[in-house]
Amino acid sequence: MGHILKNRILKGVMTRHIDLDLPQEIELCGGELLQIIQGTFGRSLNIREVDTGSCEACESEIISANNPIYDLQRFGVSFVASPRHADALLVTGPVSKNMLVALKKTYQAMPEPKFVITCGDCAFDGGVFKDSYYVEGAVNKILPVVLHIPGCPPSPLMIIRVLLSFLKCRKYS
Amino acid sequence: MVCSEIILAVKKLFPQFSVISCEENYADELIMKVTPQIFKEACLALHKILLSSVVMLFALDEREKTGKFVVNCVFLNLRQSKWITVSIDIPSETPYFDSLAQNMYSSSFFEREIWEMFGIEPKGNPDLRRLRLHDEVWPQGNFPLRKDFTKKVEGSLGEYKFSRVEGKGIFEIPVGPVHAGIIGPGHFRFSVAGEPIINLEQRLGFTHRGVEKLFEGRNCVEAIRFSECVSGDAAFAHSLAFALACEKICGVSVSGEAAYLRAIFLELERMYNHVNDIGGIATDVGFSFPAALSAIIKEGILQLNEKLCGSRYLKKINLVGGVSLNLDENKKNSTRIFLKNIKYDFSELTKILFSSVSFMDRVDSTGVLKKKTAKDIGVNGLAARASGIPVDLRKYFPGVYKEAGFKMAIEESGDVLARLRMRVSEFKESCRLIEEFLAKLKNGEKINFSPVLKEASALGYVEAWRGPVLYWLKTDSRGLIERCKIVDASFCNWQGLSYAVLGNIVPDFPVCNKSFDLSYSGNDL
Repeated sequence: MGHILKNRILKGVMTRHIDLDLPQEIELCGGELLQIIQGTFGRSLNIREVDTGSCEACESEIISANNPIYDLQRFGVSFVASPRHADALLVTGPVSKNMLVALKKTYQAMPEPKFVITCGDCAFDGGVFKDSYYVEGAVNKILPVVLHIPGCPPSPLMIIRVLLSFLKCRKYS
Repeated sequence: MVCSEIILAVKKLFPQFSVISCEENYADELIMKVTPQIFKEACLALHKILLSSVVMLFALDEREKTGKFVVNCVFLNLRQSKWITVSIDIPSETPYFDSLAQNMYSSSFFEREIWEMFGIEPKGNPDLRRLRLHDEVWPQGNFPLRKDFTKKVEGSLGEYKFSRVEGKGIFEIPVGPVHAGIIGPGHFRFSVAGEPIINLEQRLGFTHRGVEKLFEGRNCVEAIRFSECVSGDAAFAHSLAFALACEKICGVSVSGEAAYLRAIFLELERMYNHVNDIGGIATDVGFSFPAALSAIIKEGILQLNEKLCGSRYLKKINLVGGVSLNLDENKKNSTRIFLKNIKYDFSELTKILFSSVSFMDRVDSTGVLKKKTAKDIGVNGLAARASGIPVDLRKYFPGVYKEAGFKMAIEESGDVLARLRMRVSEFKESCRLIEEFLAKLKNGEKINFSPVLKEASALGYVEAWRGPVLYWLKTDSRGLIERCKIVDASFCNWQGLSYAVLGNIVPDFPVCNKSFDLSYSGNDL
């Protein structure tokens, strides 16, 4: 414990050695996002993530959006362990046939009001996998999708920016 | 080992052995064609001589040309740095071959894969449940990797049968496919007696996307971009293994400069994944402070990747015939400075972890994978080295690693701590290797050559961060892919996890799982 405290005090901000290149607008856009989410959802936006056959690069970037550098959670957006706790469903991957039932069941388990966001090019239209014999393709053919985060994979900054611009223009009832 | 030597060695164990033909098209590959009748005995003899598990077992549909299926079984000869393939032709009227699974467990999953994808029966395999084509959604009798498969024919659906453990006080805990974290889908069924796990059955295949079929018919120069989408956290290793297979087919040898650049990026990929796993292990025992530190280090490496090549996950670098970009002095310098800083941060991270008694208590002797078990089920890569099996393709097929004086890390105990220590030493070694390779870059040599496409087949292989990634490719005369077989290290190692968790308590499963950190998408394809 002493070692950790000493280290923490000596080091100050942990990120100092790393050239992080964090754009200034991230704090700003996060603040705005927070305001909107507070207006719509009371305190926070809870997201449940489902992988329907992605290559796991999207997952890695969603995790990165929660790391100490981007720290999405400080703006009131958090990822939850159960669909029962979620306001939004974040879907990645081109929907493998094996995941179709699990995807629908996860959506059904969510309380109202709820909406679906897709993340990554595969979830939009199947992406590079769309011609496969085992892929259902576009998530919006299965569930009502209101927002898409483009990219292969989308960067953490992209994820945060798109979430903001969506919540800004949509009045969710 | 030339053909005649290996034939003699096999004959000593199995006197009836004879080959139809023996090919050595490349210095590191040897293909022996045998009759289906002696396939099993020949494979078992090779297994004994080479002390190798089955590293690859796959089928091809050649019915259009020869009216036959082909099954290839690949072994690895570490002493001579050679891949040895036993190949048989199977008549399409009687599509079966003798199963090896009862004698070599490592072939079992490959055989199940051949059965579900091609409908070629491995006679004698006691377990023919399908791995990826789930019975609940895919009717029996549809074999998607056959060339004449066009559309699914409807039929009756079934249900997967889990093996059950029965007895007083035993209960089952089903988990998944949708897990609590931000992670891929898979179903785990624990049978427990009180707290300890007495059986873990995995059902994977949820991310099956038909990758191998999608490769077919594509131009191999363009298909390299697709190989980056097979497993996102090993995008560089997958595209490199694919490129190496293509280059062997085309007869291109890349320049030294390109080989150094590839090694640098391969090690960067290893570093960000290893530090991510170290953080993951800390998270799974509830130690969030070092987890946050490792997330910072990982993010730093991802941003360095972006600075060097424009992609956080090292995509669009590999080409068939070389690499697409070079590192100028500026980039080299910023990499050197970055590595220096990251080394300091990383040593802080390991100090925090290894000096915490409660952390060490959780990881020490948890999730032990015994050396014997690991060998029997064909575990490879990092997980094998953590159990005391010295396999690393960087050592046995060194290339540029030889000049850099690569040192293979190895641990004996096979527990979570051993795998953690492996990651720590490999991270440090990767740092050193990158510095060595950077010093060797001259900026002047040509870094890519245009390939000449032709009809051939070859095996490309890379030691990725999890373990070997293998691509077996066959092209036609126009350079279009006829068959692409992919084996990610995860495919063999998922079984290792099943054995490692036995006797451990259910709350330790996440940390055992994270210490292997296997890919769902690389396994399910």
